[in-house]
Amino acid sequence: MIITTIETIPGMRVKEHCGIVSGSTVRAKNMFLDFGAGLKNTIGGELKSYTHLLSEAREEAVKRMIEQARKLRANAIVNVRFATSSITAGAAEVYAYGTAVEVEKAEG
Amino acid sequence: MLDLIIIITFLAITYLTGRYIEKNHYKKIKQREIALIRKPIISFGAKRWTTERKIKDIKMVTGEAVIAGDYFKAFTAGIKQKFGGNLSTYESVIDRARREALIRMREKATKADIIVNVRLESILLNQAYIQYNIPPQCAIIAYGTAVTYENE
Repeated sequence: MIITTIETIPGMRVKEHCGIVSGSTVRAKNMFLDFGAGLKNTIGGELKSYTHLLSEAREEAVKRMIEQARKLRANAIVNVRFATSSITAGAAEVYAYGTAVEVEKAEG
Repeated sequence: MLDLIIIITFLAITYLTGRYIEKNHYKKIKQREIALIRKPIISFGAKRWTTERKIKDIKMVTGEAVIAGDYFKAFTAGIKQKFGGNLSTYESVIDRARREALIRMREKATKADIIVNVRLESILLNQAYIQYNIPPQCAIIAYGTAVTYENE
């Protein structure tokens, strides 16, 4: 599965568009991780546990998007974007979406 | 009286720790940015990017960073918010988060020749608490397409 944030894949030709695919995940902060983060939040600095949480959420969203694209028999997703929203205090949504396409090697 | 002393010491401590952490972080960011100059090149907003060269590998790369402000920043911003103007203490928090996320993304793709169409997405994690003067937590996702050319 090739995933890009641009409209085309250089060296490849888009054979067929399979439509929009998306994956979303809502992650809540861990209360026990939050304790250390709360301390860090008063003195400043990076919240490593949250960075980890965010990268996990992003991975999960992309994974779900890829699963959907596989069902459509696509072999690439182009124009991928991320959108986020904070639903309630202490939880964040990461939403990944893109266009599933079937590509083949361009001749010549 | 005792309350006032506690608050002032608390503010002083958070001011010192916050300043120390921020200074160190900026130093590290600058070092890493210098190390990453031209390796790989990043370009923003090239939606229809194409190339004549043969491509070996193309994939999406991402970088995340969550940076929190300190209590002193929130306190001073709370006062400043009444009068308007730049909340410069918050600006540096967001600036650090953005640059850190970009650096992390680039560090994941050091073998790539170019990262095209880089975008930044931000989340304010404790949005609901803004009114209570709780320090900001700024979460940034940076993402783009890393392209590696075939050796010719």
